[in-house]
This record gives sequence, structure tokens and C-alpha cells, in this order.
Amino acid sequence: MAANKIRVATTSLAGCFGCHMSFLDIDERLLELLEHIEFDRTPLTDIKHCGPCDIGLIEGGVCNAENVHVLKEFRKNCKILIAMGACAFNGGVPALRNHYSLKECLEESYLNGVGVVNPLIPNDPEIPLLLNKVHPIHEIVKIDYFLPGCPPSGDAIWTFLNELLAGQEISLPYQAIHYD
Amino acid sequence: MQPEEQTITLDGQKIPFQPGQTIMDAALAAKIYIPHLCYHPEFKPHGSCRLCTVMVNGRYESACTMPAAAGQEILNNTKELNENRRALTQMLFVEGNHICPGCPKTGNCQLQAVAYYVGMLSSHYQHFYPYRDLDPSHPDYVIDFNRCILCELCVRASRDVDKKNIFAISGRGIKAHLIINSPSGKLEDTDFAVGDKAAFVCPVGAILRKRTRYTTPIGERLYDQQSIRIVGDSQQLHAGATKYGRK
Ligand code: SF4
Ligand code: SF4
Ligand code: FES
Repeated sequence: MAANKIRVATTSLAGCFGCHMSFLDIDERLLELLEHIEFDRTPLTDIKHCGPCDIGLIEGGVCNAENVHVLKEFRKNCKILIAMGACAFNGGVPALRNHYSLKECLEESYLNGVGVVNPLIPNDPEIPLLLNKVHPIHEIVKIDYFLPGCPPSGDAIWTFLNELLAGQEISLPYQAIHYD
Repeated sequence: MQPEEQTITLDGQKIPFQPGQTIMDAALAAKIYIPHLCYHPEFKPHGSCRLCTVMVNGRYESACTMPAAAGQEILNNTKELNENRRALTQMLFVEGNHICPGCPKTGNCQLQAVAYYVGMLSSHYQHFYPYRDLDPSHPDYVIDFNRCILCELCVRASRDVDKKNIFAISGRGIKAHLIINSPSGKLEDTDFAVGDKAAFVCPVGAILRKRTRYTTPIGERLYDQQSIRIVGDSQQLHAGATKYGRK
């Protein structure tokens, strides 16, 4: 572990991994980035728990108990926590279930839904308990920066991280900030 | 003798106005953008969204209702006013259900565009996630009450131009909501028609024409490349009006 590298952790909570795919869209510039950063917990390293880090990137809102634990672990360990994408921003598409009770959602998915065979609501202790509602992450912990988009483009993520690493005030071009 | 031209000063710039114009009218004629959502040049101002709040001789006033008067010193594009506007857009976002990635209006939506303009990067407040319905009953239009921002433009257009009175706001305060004036409460039981003015004025994705919603791809829409400050209001483009904004 190089002492002078910036340590970065990322995770996807109630997201679709689209933001992470977009992160990979920075393509070969990832190699350039790796000169300056090293990864802690991310889906790329398969490290299970986040250690002390400089930057944490969070994709997705919070929909279950495990999401809350992971988010709090990130907040505790990361100096700068960044909400990445539409779901972290306001719950996104998963928050569409907030109109319905959890019971209604589970029954629709596992009992009454189209094409359901062996109707049964899963109840394994291994499965994280669902929260009643999906929440954006700023409702759970303090967030330092927001990068909206569904997903934010690879270019937006690249520019954002570069300006952050350079200690500059972040200023993205108009086209780089969008909520869709 | 020609009367002397009357002027107001907007962010240090002198601009002329005609008697009877509001500050908003004068600013638009001078191609100066004052953020707004419930204002539309073809309708009587409503003064409800407060996005257009400016500082007139040291007092907060809504530009869309305040008559222009000679010698007014007006502040519009200031950090403080834009921060207030950002808080207002954030409140509008959390009061309804605005999931832009799933909204057909995205990229053409004025609420979104104003939020971009004022630099809204998060919704900041706690979301209400209210339960609101969708009315797909009409053959040509969908009403998604989740996205209504209560600007009353549809109410004004239906009442004042179409002479139909199809829409109304019911309830008070946080319970205020859009309703449809028909015995069933459904749009299909009204005489709402494709050519109605009310079909073109919604600044957000609450009144949507069916089967046309994805004809322009996301990324190529009105506000995807350029700010509302430059391209103007989307509902007026759809209505063919070009009082200001893109020709
Ligand atoms: S109406 Fe506008 S702000 Fe609301 S979801 Fe649609 S695009 Fe987003
Ligand atoms: S439906 Fe649209 S036009 Fe009518 S009040 Fe709501 S936001 Fe305004
Ligand atoms: S535009 Fe003036 S109050 Fe809404």
C-alpha cells in the first residue's frame, strides 16, 4: 500500500450498479487514476469491509437494514462521502415502491405477481430486512458532495474525481449535471 | 412630444418598460432571465411559486406580479436570491414524487431546468413521498399527479382560454392538490381535447400527451445541452409561442 495514494472505497446500495458501470466508462483513464488512488472496499476488489479511506462513493439509496450498516460504516471511515447517481440523490426508481406498504410490495412480487410459481415470501435470516420505505442517503448520514445523474457519465465522474483530487472547487460543465 | 422612456435598473442594467408591464414582462422583453415556474406571458400572473422573487428597492417582491415603475433598483441574479430559489426547487422536489429517470418530461421539464440553473445538486430536505395517483383514462393524455407543482397554469388555461374549467386545485396548505372537475374525477369524463390550451401549458411532467413522449431521445432534449436561461420555457415552444426563448 503506497502511503501517498488516495484511498477510495465504493459501494452500491439500493442501486442497479449502473453508476459503477459508468465509473468503468472512464476506460483507460482508470490506469491514470490508479497512479493517484488505490481502492479499499469496492465491487472491484471484493474487500468486504471499508477501512479508513479518503473518499467514499455511494451508489443507490437505502432500502434495507444492511444498506444502513454499510452506509454508516462508510461515513465512519471516509473523510469525504459522495452521493453518486439518482438513487442516492432521491431514492430513484426503487423509491417508486414508497407509494405502497411493504406488505403490498412483497405480496405483489412473491404471491400475486404475474408468473409466480411456488408463491412464498422469502424469510431467510440471511436476507437483509427491508425498510418500510426507500430513502436517499442524505437522510441517513451527512454527505459532502452530490453527483446526480442516472447514471452520471464516465466523463462527469472523471472530471469530478480529478478536481476533487486536485483540491479544486468542483465545477462541472452544464451538460455534465443532469438528473436522468 | 415623445414622453421620456421609462426605465428600471436590473442588476445594474437599465432596461425600458411600457406602462402596465410587470418587472417580469420588462425583463423578458429585454431578454433577461428571471427564474419562474407559475408565470406564463399569456396568462394573468398567479404569484404562487415565488421562484421569481427579486429585490426591489431593498424589498422582496415577485417579479411576475410587481408592476414595473420608473427608477426601481432591482436585484435578480444574486447569490442570495439564487440560494433562496434553490431551496424552493428542493422543496418542490421533496413535496412530490420526482423520479426524473422514469419521467417522460425529463430534459424538457422546467422544474428540472430551473433546478439545474440554480445549481441544485441534492434534494437536501426529507422527502414526503406522498401517495398520489395516475390518471391514464383519457385516450390521448395521462395525468400524473405525482409531478404536479400546483402552478395552476392548466387551471388558468382551461378556464380562461378553453372556457372548460377542467382543472382545479383543492385543499389547503400541504394538502393542496390538483383535481379534475368531473363526476368520476377522471379526465376521460371531461371534454378535454388534444387542441386545448391546457394541454400545452404544464411546465412539468404532470399532463402528458400519450404516444409522443419519447419521440426526441434523452440527451437531445431542450435543456440537455443548454440552460433555460438561454432557451426559455418549454411549454411555450410546444404551443408555438416564441415571445422569448428559442425561435
Ligand atoms: S416532472 Fe420534471 S422534475 Fe419531475 S420527475 Fe419529471 S422531469 Fe423530473
Ligand atoms: S398539472 Fe401541470 S399545469 Fe397543472 S397545476 Fe400541476 S404542474 Fe401546473
Ligand atoms: S413565477 Fe412569479 S411567483 Fe411563480
